[in-house]
Amino acid sequence: MDQDTIYDKLQPIIKLYLPEDVDATTINRDSDLTRELNINSAHLVDIVLDIEDAFEIEFKNNDMEQLRTVNDTIAIIQQKISEKGE
Amino acid sequence: MNRRVVITGLGVAAPNGVGIPNFLEAIKNGISGIEFIQRLKDLNFSCQIGGVPKISEEKKREYFSELQLKNFNSSGILYGVIAGIDALNDAGISVNTNEPLWDLGIIFGAGTSGVEKFREAINQIDDGNVRRLGSTAVSQTMASGISAYLGGFTGAGNWVTTNSSACATGAESILMGYERISAGKAEQMLCGSTSDDGPYIWGAFDAIKVVPYKYNEDPTKACRPMSATAGGFAPGSGAGALVLESLESAEKRGSKIYGEVLGGFVNSGGQRGGGSMTAPNSNAVQKCISKALENSGVKASQIDYINGHLTATAKDALEIENWCEALGRKGNDFPYINSLKGMVGHCLAASGSIEAVSAVLQLYHGFVFSNINCEDLHPEIAKLIAPEKIPRKMITTELNIIAKASFGFGDVNVCVIFKKF
Repeated sequence: MDQDTIYDKLQPIIKLYLPEDVDATTINRDSDLTRELNINSAHLVDIVLDIEDAFEIEFKNNDMEQLRTVNDTIAIIQQKISEKGE
Repeated sequence: MNRRVVITGLGVAAPNGVGIPNFLEAIKNGISGIEFIQRLKDLNFSCQIGGVPKISEEKKREYFSELQLKNFNSSGILYGVIAGIDALNDAGISVNTNEPLWDLGIIFGAGTSGVEKFREAINQIDDGNVRRLGSTAVSQTMASGISAYLGGFTGAGNWVTTNSSACATGAESILMGYERISAGKAEQMLCGSTSDDGPYIWGAFDAIKVVPYKYNEDPTKACRPMSATAGGFAPGSGAGALVLESLESAEKRGSKIYGEVLGGFVNSGGQRGGGSMTAPNSNAVQKCISKALENSGVKASQIDYINGHLTATAKDALEIENWCEALGRKGNDFPYINSLKGMVGHCLAASGSIEAVSAVLQLYHGFVFSNINCEDLHPEIAKLIAPEKIPRKMITTELNIIAKASFGFGDVNVCVIFKKF
């Protein structure tokens, strides 16, 4: 799966967790999830669960630690999908 | 410090009415909220009826965001938030501030929290999937879930906690809030209690046979407080909420005042002298009522109306006897008395607060609602007090001083005294 397709599928997942005062249009691929988009760090856990369901993959504890920006997330998803395909 | 405390806001999510206008209409007309529940039948319950507040998906979205409703499965928190926010709105207290509201506290009781959510979590854990519980499994299932949710919605910056004393919880929360304000430590306290609905809350009551099994085809007749044919309480659920406020603050804000909390008392029978885990020590009940009067500075003869605990079990006659003893009043001299449980069932941890809301509405609007399903008054009760004192049709009458009592498992008692303002 290419990065653009992953991003299109990922964006609505992230959007649900934005605080009320952050507009969905501010999401871009470089956005830091907690620092820039102001997502509550407890919700990162929920975002990962939603991603797992949407892409049928599974995150490990160390994947969670690497999760900072939207791009990080896309990279992890892409890696997981390709591992699964092998 | 001993400041006067008044009630400036009410909210309710009851099986027979969600929101004060609907609930008021229901209690004036003796409308029952008890219905047949298919899920209980499917699970082989003896008692297949219960009371559940009706809340649409649209209504939920008036209080919660989509994100808050994601993986949300705690009916008690839903009912408590609706009742609590409604009470604050009714009191005209604005909660849209960035700073915490240092003078607003919350005491919102519960028996348990989010049992359905807890069940989901237990199943996931047992399947080896603890990592998939999600971020709100703690907040929905912790006992203080309701006060924590309400705290976030309102920004309350004073005492924010959950109390728990079984079926006395709701009445107890009112006295805790009253004492906080009376002592000068807060100006406004959101007091109330909530209870989940469903088989995991009600199952244990089915097992100990305190719920009726003969009315699955006729649910509105099932809960029969003070009746000769009372066969146990219909299980209920929901939440009630009252905003208590110092008289000083209420007058400064020019707020509507529903009535005054004069005081009250809380005690325990120690599970001695006839008291047990499940039965009250009558001496303690009488003492609790007497002390409540003393604390409020009123005489027994001044009580116009009693909102009883009266659970539609064999203990109803004993409760009436205790009131007679404690007040030194009987027959025609006894105050009006009724039980809301005929209409909503026993809402467990929420019973005291929902019933207190009904009591304050009667005080404010001047009526005594009908004690439904008591056409056949229990002969033991008829020997103690005049049958007219238990309205079987709504009565319009001015009330001045009223008492609300709740008694709970663990042999705990609460009595609160309200006065017309």
